[in-house]
Amino acid sequence: MSDTHAQSVGFVQKTQIPPSPPPAAETGAFKWMRENLFSSTANAIMTILGILAIYWFASFSLPWLLNGVWDAENLSQCREILDGTSGACFAVIAERWNQLIFGFQYPSEEYWRPFLAFLLLLVAAAPVLFSKLPRKMLIFTGLYPFIAFFLIWGGSIWVPVFALLGFVAGYFAFKKLEKQSFAMGFFGGVIAAFAFWWVSGFITPDLSRIIPIDLPAVPSRDMGGFMLNLILGTVCISLSLPIGILLALGRRSQMPLIKWICVIFIEFIRGVPLITLLFVANVVLAYFLPPGTTFDLILRVIIMITMFASAYIAEVIRGGLAALPKGQYEAADSLGLDYAQAMRLIILPQALKISIPGIVNVAVGLFKDTTLVSVISMFDMVGMIRGPILASTDWNGVYWELFLFAALLFFVVCYGISQYSQWLERQLNTGHSR
Amino acid sequence: MTTISDPPSESFRLSMLLNDTRYRSMTFQFIALILLAGAIGFLGWNLMRNLALLGQDISYEFLGEPSGYDINQKPIEYTSQSTHMRATIIGVLNTLIVAFLGCITATILGVTAGVLRLSKNWIIRKLMMVYVEAFRNVPVLIWILIIFFVMTAALPPPSAFRGDDPDSSMLFGAFAFTNRGIYIPRPIWEAGSGIVVGVFIASVIAVFAYRRYTTKLLYDTGKLLPRGWPSLAILFIPTLLVYFIMGQPISLDLPALRGFNFQGGTQIRGSLIALWFALAIYTGAFIAENVRAGIQAVSHGQTEAAASLGMRPGRIMNLVVLPQALRIVIPPVISQYLNLTKNSSLAIAVGYMDLTGTLGGITLNQTGRAIECILLLMLFYLAISLTISAVMNVYNSRMQLKER
Repeated sequence: MSDTHAQSVGFVQKTQIPPSPPPAAETGAFKWMRENLFSSTANAIMTILGILAIYWFASFSLPWLLNGVWDAENLSQCREILDGTSGACFAVIAERWNQLIFGFQYPSEEYWRPFLAFLLLLVAAAPVLFSKLPRKMLIFTGLYPFIAFFLIWGGSIWVPVFALLGFVAGYFAFKKLEKQSFAMGFFGGVIAAFAFWWVSGFITPDLSRIIPIDLPAVPSRDMGGFMLNLILGTVCISLSLPIGILLALGRRSQMPLIKWICVIFIEFIRGVPLITLLFVANVVLAYFLPPGTTFDLILRVIIMITMFASAYIAEVIRGGLAALPKGQYEAADSLGLDYAQAMRLIILPQALKISIPGIVNVAVGLFKDTTLVSVISMFDMVGMIRGPILASTDWNGVYWELFLFAALLFFVVCYGISQYSQWLERQLNTGHSR
Repeated sequence: MTTISDPPSESFRLSMLLNDTRYRSMTFQFIALILLAGAIGFLGWNLMRNLALLGQDISYEFLGEPSGYDINQKPIEYTSQSTHMRATIIGVLNTLIVAFLGCITATILGVTAGVLRLSKNWIIRKLMMVYVEAFRNVPVLIWILIIFFVMTAALPPPSAFRGDDPDSSMLFGAFAFTNRGIYIPRPIWEAGSGIVVGVFIASVIAVFAYRRYTTKLLYDTGKLLPRGWPSLAILFIPTLLVYFIMGQPISLDLPALRGFNFQGGTQIRGSLIALWFALAIYTGAFIAENVRAGIQAVSHGQTEAAASLGMRPGRIMNLVVLPQALRIVIPPVISQYLNLTKNSSLAIAVGYMDLTGTLGGITLNQTGRAIECILLLMLFYLAISLTISAVMNVYNSRMQLKER
């Protein structure tokens, strides 16, 4: 090196200069707003329009909501309290709460029974929904239908007890015969259960006279309100799942007769609106039953809605079965499993897992469709609002509050179910996601 | 140690019917056949006995008898003296009207909301999410009833439009929103209007031809002609020219308040509006989800590949992402149309006279022919849905990716 700089001291920075803060436009809320709200002119215009829309909506809905009257006996009193200002009349919900939830005929001193059944439903559903809970709880889930029937409909306790024992008898017969073949066990179980029920039909009346344990019976036509929607939704979905699985397997069966029965059933049911099936339940079904049989409406409606839902569930599960790689079927065959074993152990667990989103969609749709029974003059929640409540002189004209309340209840349930299904999908996602 | 198992004895045993796969399917089908025949026989026998007990029969002669009831929305000529058959046809037309209107509106709403759900703008994204979730999770019947009550109870009666200083006034002097429905202007077709319509149809065809020509020119020579404003010009200028040359043959019949009600124009009843809007908004939420899922299903690599070829974002969307997304989106959207058509049977809840209201409602109640009416009703919906699924199958097989 030359000596020109021999005396000059080289400057070496010994400490790190502290980082200067990023420009104000690139940090925190400001940056977020720039990126998410005002990234371009078009975006800025959309943001402003969006804010205007929210403001416009809030400007009349917020005063209406916040100014709501919760305590009044009828609409005119409510209007007096409001005195011309904008405000909702939520008093109708408070005053008609029992009617909205239980219908107008369910005996009021028995309200604790459906309420208890609802709480137990949560307990019974928990182990099905969350696999981390102890498996022993599933025993309660198995018992739940009988408990719920006894609580809601009342009557003698021996009816649900014998119904349960029939299933137990069928199960033991199945276990005994299963070693021969699954089909043998299945038919044996069904026959045993029906034989048991047939015999118990003779015992029950006498037994309930000798040992009377019963709750006051409530006929099904007294059910109503949101309770009816919940009953229809829960019963029909739980019944339609197994039927839907059978139909889906039937539709993919090698046996032409079984296949065509399933295809025609599924396509017919999916091709017609639910409302026509409800009409069938209401006016036509009676023609096809032995003369003189009376058969209560709620049961006919449950049969029809179950048929409807099972056709849709069958299509969803068929999609799941078709989506499984062929290798799974071939692997099951090469292990020497027979049809029932292959389905139970290999195919269905995977196919059902794929079908969960679809099944949940059907379940949500079905639960929403239970409001259709109001069209055939059953008093479910919508039926209660349209019929007894809006027609009463006290509350004629408070449709917003009532319908928004109904919408809110349905929203909570349906949104809850769909959020659960998304959570479950993440749980079951055992594949390697990138 | 080796044991030689006995060769399977060929003699037929009864248990082989259940345990041998060769015969088992026969057994099952035989059992199914017997059960099916038994069920049909049982139901048919009951039906015959019930009909005999009630002194009824199955006959469709009632379709030729005068209906004796009036229908408030009649697209074709109809009086209470017309036959049940004609009332049924009106029902079919009304169903198709509301289904058609609903499908178009639902598509517009759904595609807009679906695309906006993927927008970069946070507020718009969240607003669209609220729309989709709020409408997907609430029964459509509740929305139909809410809109119906708004239409009938919240809008002013026609009398509010009367007087020098009325409480309500018409929008642009042409649209009146009343609790009896919405009155809109009706076009009056005079002599020569056919030519205007013909020119308009010809321009629509010309627009398609022009766009095909530009595409062909682009592929053959690489020359890109403008497409946006020439299309608009072709669409409107000739029609407007002919319209004025012919001396304005199409004029509007404006609704006007005469007496107690509006006269002139076309009345759209509250029940139609309620059904139409509720079905459209409800189905639109579902279509929005389908559109969003379809766009997201197009692999990100496609966008990146297009970008690396130097395409601009708008072109990437139009030429690369949307054509692929459309293949995924269209089948579920068609089944949403089908759902909308089936849901239109909820018309009976608001008194809109669709097929369920005429054939399944008043005709059924007046004649008492429940089996026949409901059978016809089901066949109609079945025919529609089978037609649509046939169309969809053809579409699916045409659009399927041609793989090796």
